[in-house]
Amino acid sequence: MGKGERPEHMAPPDIFYNEDEARKYTTNSRMIAIQSTLTERALELLALPQDGQPRLLLDLGCGSGLSGEALSEAGQMWVGLDISAAMLDVANEREVEGDLVLGDLGHGLPLRPGSFDGAISISAVQWLCNADRTGHDPRKRMKRFFETLYMSLRRGARAVLQIYPENPKQAEMLVAAAMKVGFSGGLVVDYPHSTRAKKYFLVLMVGTSIAVPTAKGLDGSEPEDEEEAAAAGGAEHVQVAGRDRNKRRRTGSGKGDGKGRDWVLRKKEQMRKKGYEIAPDSKYTARKRKRIV
Amino acid sequence: MLSCHIKNVRNGYPFLIEVVKVSEHEADFDPDFLKHIFPRINWPAFLQGAQSLGCREGLPEEASESMLEDEGFLKRFHHALLEVFLEEGSLVCPETGRKFPVTKGIPNMLLNEDEC
Repeated sequence: MGKGERPEHMAPPDIFYNEDEARKYTTNSRMIAIQSTLTERALELLALPQDGQPRLLLDLGCGSGLSGEALSEAGQMWVGLDISAAMLDVANEREVEGDLVLGDLGHGLPLRPGSFDGAISISAVQWLCNADRTGHDPRKRMKRFFETLYMSLRRGARAVLQIYPENPKQAEMLVAAAMKVGFSGGLVVDYPHSTRAKKYFLVLMVGTSIAVPTAKGLDGSEPEDEEEAAAAGGAEHVQVAGRDRNKRRRTGSGKGDGKGRDWVLRKKEQMRKKGYEIAPDSKYTARKRKRIV
Repeated sequence: MLSCHIKNVRNGYPFLIEVVKVSEHEADFDPDFLKHIFPRINWPAFLQGAQSLGCREGLPEEASESMLEDEGFLKRFHHALLEVFLEEGSLVCPETGRKFPVTKGIPNMLLNEDEC
């Protein structure tokens, strides 16, 4: 994935996360580091009671189980859901401890109501904003997802969804969809003043209304230790402005000035009709000038 | 995948299980977790699942909170809940008869667009 390209723009998730992409998640140590730091932060935001009892958590978009491994390390039981069969195969090979389910978040979660103590999701929910097939309506899919998520959680449980919104509008749309089905909570933005380290966490609560936890780095500080900084500088972060600029440059240089001889002749004719004195047309009309070195 | 199929519900619960292959893995015995999860389990549905996976032996017809103090019961409960997995087979919705295939222990819960 090149800089500034969003995986969501390349292919639907079940196709994008093929064997090759799944393999990356087991071999690329940077990706692993990013995933586990994000999971740890999500767990922190989840604020489970610290009584040493294992809880049953939900990992949405669990992929190859990297985030799940962090959950197991924290002593929790989990059930993972993902749309990519290839990623789940990798998870199986890695012998992760959680149970795996193949499913589409936008179809709703096939879970019994009130059975989970919490849910986390790392870099997955923004996929819901895409309409990958005809008949996909992002708003409907989001509604269905949040409704079923709300149902599957116990009262007082939290869901922490880490997202990469493409623009502020997407984030707003997700928050609005979550609020509509009855969640309380909101968006926590870590390191809001840093372009690279900025991370969005959607913290949703069922039934209770405790204040939304405070984000890290509100005072403009950057992630302290090197590992965290490396994790935060993920290439997944997008700078849309840069991408647009590149695009313009590409299209600009492709076809020259785009106005051919016909256009010049037409313009000259126009000007002649207006009464201006215009040089006669010849074989040299609209030719490029010789470059003088 | 026993602990999971109990949770999987869509227009009708519980799933009927068609078994092709069952596997067993050891899992850490954790009484705290079992006590924690017990109230959320629908016992008749759990029994039905255990029956079709062939690990019902020793599980009582009815269960109550007080039985959680019994070590032997906990062991059997733990075995059926966490150590027996449905490797290949399918989950069948009791209402619509829709089958969700299970391969390598992963149930495929993808729906067609017209089903959601």
